[in-house]
Amino acid sequence: MSDLPILSLVTFTPLVGVAIILLLIRGEDEARAKHIALLTSGVTFFMSLFIWGNFDNSLATFQFAEKAAWLPSLGISYHMGVDGISMFFVILSTFLTPICILSAWVVIKKHIKEYMIAFLILETLMVGMFCALDMILFYVFFEGVLIPMYLIIGIWGGPRRVYASFKFFLYTLLGSVLMLLAMFAMYFEAGTTDIPTLLTYNFPAEMQTWLWLAFFASFAVKVPMWPVHTWLPDAHVEAPTAGSVILAGVLLKMGGYGFLRFSIPMLPLATVDFTPLIYTLSVIAIIYTSLVALAQEDMKKLIAYSSVAHMAFVTIGAFSLTIYGIEGAIYQMLSHGVVSAALFLIVGVVYDRVHSREIAVYGGLVEKMPFYALTFMIFMLASVGLPGTGGFVGEILVLMGIFQVNSIVAAFAATGLVLGAAYMLYLYRRIIFGALTKDNLKAIKDLSAREVAIFAPLAIVTIWMGIYPMTFLDVMHVSVENLITNFNQAVAAAGDGAVAAR
Amino acid sequence: MYTAAVFLPLLGAFLAGLIALFGPEDEHKKHKWDTISQIITCGGLLTSAALSIAIFFAVPNGGEAQVIKLFDWINVGDFQVAWALKFDTLTAVMMIVVTGVSSMVHVYSVGYMHHDPSIPRFMSYLSLFTFFMLMLVTASNLLQLFFGWEGVGLASYLLIGFWYKKPSANAAAIKAFLVNRVGDFGFALGIFAIFMLFGTIEMDAIFAAVESHKDTTFVIFGLEVHAITACALLLFVGAMGKSAQLGLHTWLPDAMEGPTPVSALIHAATMVTAGVFLVARMSPLFEYSDTALAVVTIVGASTAFFAATIGCVQNDIKRVIAYSTCSQLGYMFFACGVSAYSAGIFHLMTHGFFKALLFLGAGAVIHAMSDEQDMRKMGGIWKLIPVTYAMMWIGNLALMGVPPFAGYFSKDIVLEAAYAADTFVGTYAFWAGIAAAFMTAFYSGRLTFMTFHGKPRADETVMAHVHESPKVMLIPLFVLAAGAVLAGYLGYENFVGHNAPQFWGSAIFVLEGHNALENAHHVAAWVKYLPLVVGISGMLLAALFYLWVPSLPGALAGSFQGVYKFVLNKWYVDELYDFLFVRPAFYLGRGLWKSGDGAVIDGVGPDGVAAATRNIAQRFSRMQSGYLYHGAFAMMIGVVFFVSWYILMK
Repeated sequence: MSDLPILSLVTFTPLVGVAIILLLIRGEDEARAKHIALLTSGVTFFMSLFIWGNFDNSLATFQFAEKAAWLPSLGISYHMGVDGISMFFVILSTFLTPICILSAWVVIKKHIKEYMIAFLILETLMVGMFCALDMILFYVFFEGVLIPMYLIIGIWGGPRRVYASFKFFLYTLLGSVLMLLAMFAMYFEAGTTDIPTLLTYNFPAEMQTWLWLAFFASFAVKVPMWPVHTWLPDAHVEAPTAGSVILAGVLLKMGGYGFLRFSIPMLPLATVDFTPLIYTLSVIAIIYTSLVALAQEDMKKLIAYSSVAHMAFVTIGAFSLTIYGIEGAIYQMLSHGVVSAALFLIVGVVYDRVHSREIAVYGGLVEKMPFYALTFMIFMLASVGLPGTGGFVGEILVLMGIFQVNSIVAAFAATGLVLGAAYMLYLYRRIIFGALTKDNLKAIKDLSAREVAIFAPLAIVTIWMGIYPMTFLDVMHVSVENLITNFNQAVAAAGDGAVAAR
Repeated sequence: MYTAAVFLPLLGAFLAGLIALFGPEDEHKKHKWDTISQIITCGGLLTSAALSIAIFFAVPNGGEAQVIKLFDWINVGDFQVAWALKFDTLTAVMMIVVTGVSSMVHVYSVGYMHHDPSIPRFMSYLSLFTFFMLMLVTASNLLQLFFGWEGVGLASYLLIGFWYKKPSANAAAIKAFLVNRVGDFGFALGIFAIFMLFGTIEMDAIFAAVESHKDTTFVIFGLEVHAITACALLLFVGAMGKSAQLGLHTWLPDAMEGPTPVSALIHAATMVTAGVFLVARMSPLFEYSDTALAVVTIVGASTAFFAATIGCVQNDIKRVIAYSTCSQLGYMFFACGVSAYSAGIFHLMTHGFFKALLFLGAGAVIHAMSDEQDMRKMGGIWKLIPVTYAMMWIGNLALMGVPPFAGYFSKDIVLEAAYAADTFVGTYAFWAGIAAAFMTAFYSGRLTFMTFHGKPRADETVMAHVHESPKVMLIPLFVLAAGAVLAGYLGYENFVGHNAPQFWGSAIFVLEGHNALENAHHVAAWVKYLPLVVGISGMLLAALFYLWVPSLPGALAGSFQGVYKFVLNKWYVDELYDFLFVRPAFYLGRGLWKSGDGAVIDGVGPDGVAAATRNIAQRFSRMQSGYLYHGAFAMMIGVVFFVSWYILMK
């Protein structure tokens, strides 16, 4: 079984679904595209569980590796593999895709076929991105993800979709170009685009600075870090619900993953130099965007801003370069992937019924929608980081890690605990509590069976991640330890070199 | 037995929660299911209380603590945390207070919430709270303690906002959660600091290592400080939030928006005492920092005084008791601050009984007065509800510290210990405590006389409706009254008397030389009698004001208008915080959003560039520009760069 190319299978199975939809679905029965898409993404998810099941926690190397020549003259190959850092992102992507498809079941009325195709292609690209072990392959997936995302926002999005996708495009373009340049520079320096090889290559200190900045330009936009975050609220507001789910659930993690895969291990010296910058921007992000979230009148914008604040914990944790911080950062990405996805779905539920995202339109929903109120409560608490939910474990590990390194940053970051609670509780109160007085809400219906089926797995995972996080943390230990060991060795070696040169 | 005592309430909460969600709409069936939810939760709690008593006797006095490990929680590097339950004397005492009061409140709620449409939800929240509280007191590591700590905060939030249609209840719920979070912010940093210092957050391991770190310093927030002091003070910030101490007290009076049984359980007897429990639990840490102990003493003593002043002028019956709670918590803290932890816990226990009694009694009054809480609209009802009246007297006498009621024993030992500490802060605490004791007696008397005596000030329909509460509400009052009468006398020897060292064993640690508790038994006679004297004079003054010469308070308030207003408005702390934090937060949020994100970042960044690009693009052509093209364009630019670079470099 072990020589089965499982990663490629998981990556490209959604494309089989695309082919089936293209070949078999004609005109009238467009709706059947939904069934095929759901089935395909479901099968993909179960196949991806096979990766988890056979993953060996005790190895730091890339597992399930596949390698084939692609552009041999340039030394570029099709190289796939996962380690303890990337494995769960694959699962996260395959887990969220069926949920997205299910969430669009009755809402999307135009171009159903194309919508389903877009999501399946998106899934292939996301999974491929997290598995890719060749820089060029990574780049193709990394940039490729944006195309279906543009389409999803642009075609099925809200009224200001033109502005939103243009903004998205401008930000990303800048980052991508610089990252590509950096990749070429690395190729010409090291002579390979193979990621495992590059991980052991020592780039000259001066070059690291420029390479680091170029990667930073791309990843910081994706995370997004302050001050390049302003595309996110607009993109979320205009995107259809499922688009927001993938955007918040997976796409933002590409930035954090990029830092952990490229910037930190490949450019350790520059990482040391730029760590204060990351801390500063992240702390500003936590306080700034939390305050902005407090003032929002649009539900989706509020959650979008909260995502910026939560992702700032990720960057702080990753750059704390302690095992607690890095595992916390990965954990925070996973739990945020589940929780923010769920929160956008939560907004989607009432948007589908009332067609407004404005907070002031709602109030007193608990009276008519007790199940909805409970579901919202669970994810609201997870977002606030209440112990017993997934959000807590990530935040506490990140703060624990950064406190060992820099207690001032930790103290500033920890203000997020208070501010995060403030905007979420205030949001919850305005939507769920109070008397139900508005006429258009009087006949509102509680969650349907389909919606319960969407939220149940998300809620179970959220609580599971809070009560028994070891399921997930055990997978990360060896890879993260390996990353830190190599990082420290590289920094120490450079230090010795500098001393010797003197 | 041990595990069941903790998890039965969770099971009850879960089942009652299911009933709340899936229960039938139909009137008759609903009533049946309401009753089932009450039976489940009350049954669970009563069983848990019985088990707690059994545990109390099973835990060997002075022996090793019993730790039951459930399963791993978070293991990363050296950070090893498991879900585990720890039982020693301190835990057992807390469990008796928690499950004892909670089970009585459960039963009382059956009567009190009789007319409410959401009975299963209420019962579920109450049981959930109890579960979190038990997790808190049985925690064997700081992170699990934090789990219980935040969990009770959540339950408190849910219960304060139980009547979600009232805007004031929602506001109070959020305020409680947020102010507590400010405290938790300190608590969390304290946990990190402890981990940095000790490399573990397992309590037993910390306690074993404290002595070897007694002179260690570390750099925190850019300052080199005594490590144990820093850890202890950060934890104490958390304790201040949860126990509503000076500065972080503002949420507690507002929390009275919740149903009265909630006030009795959470905001008097159990949750608010968690801070005191934390300090006692961490006594091995606090003992090695004189600075931290001094801070605890000063904060406790100041709160005791400050809250008592406000309690004297409030008109809402529940708010009077709330400020009283705040003040009594101050007593417990300064007891801990002078190293008389067991006296603090003793007062915690007796207070749990008599304050829960007072709240439930007040609830019975409110119930009788058709939901009126303003004492200015009560009066002259003692003959109509004699049983409640008697219960309120018991509670108030215990609170005033009149023998032989429970409060007499515990409050006296606390004050004597403060005096016997023979330090500057101890003396400060003693005199602040004496002043607060005078005011305590005054406001307790005021409450009793305004509520029950004098001419009726309510209108006739309300007066005609005044009735004694049903048995299901009175029986819990009797049980708590028994506690308020007997707990002090029965507990004295074990808690603070000669058996104390043997009774507490390793659960509480006091450094040699910190002899306040021992010396407290040998203070001068005037110290022993002073609390009682001020207590009785306080009550006499109240009788003079509100029984014999009712025109006096008004005249006095008139001639000292400035002071009266200042105190009536709670020293303007709420207004100050509103001005300093709440308004600026919203103002900043809006400003950063509109000007920061909107004008500066977007204006200079994407929008500026976009405007420029549009200009250029229009000149070149009117080619169609859709989104697909943007994406393709991005890829294309990448390819162009790739190829051209490659060619150039060749």
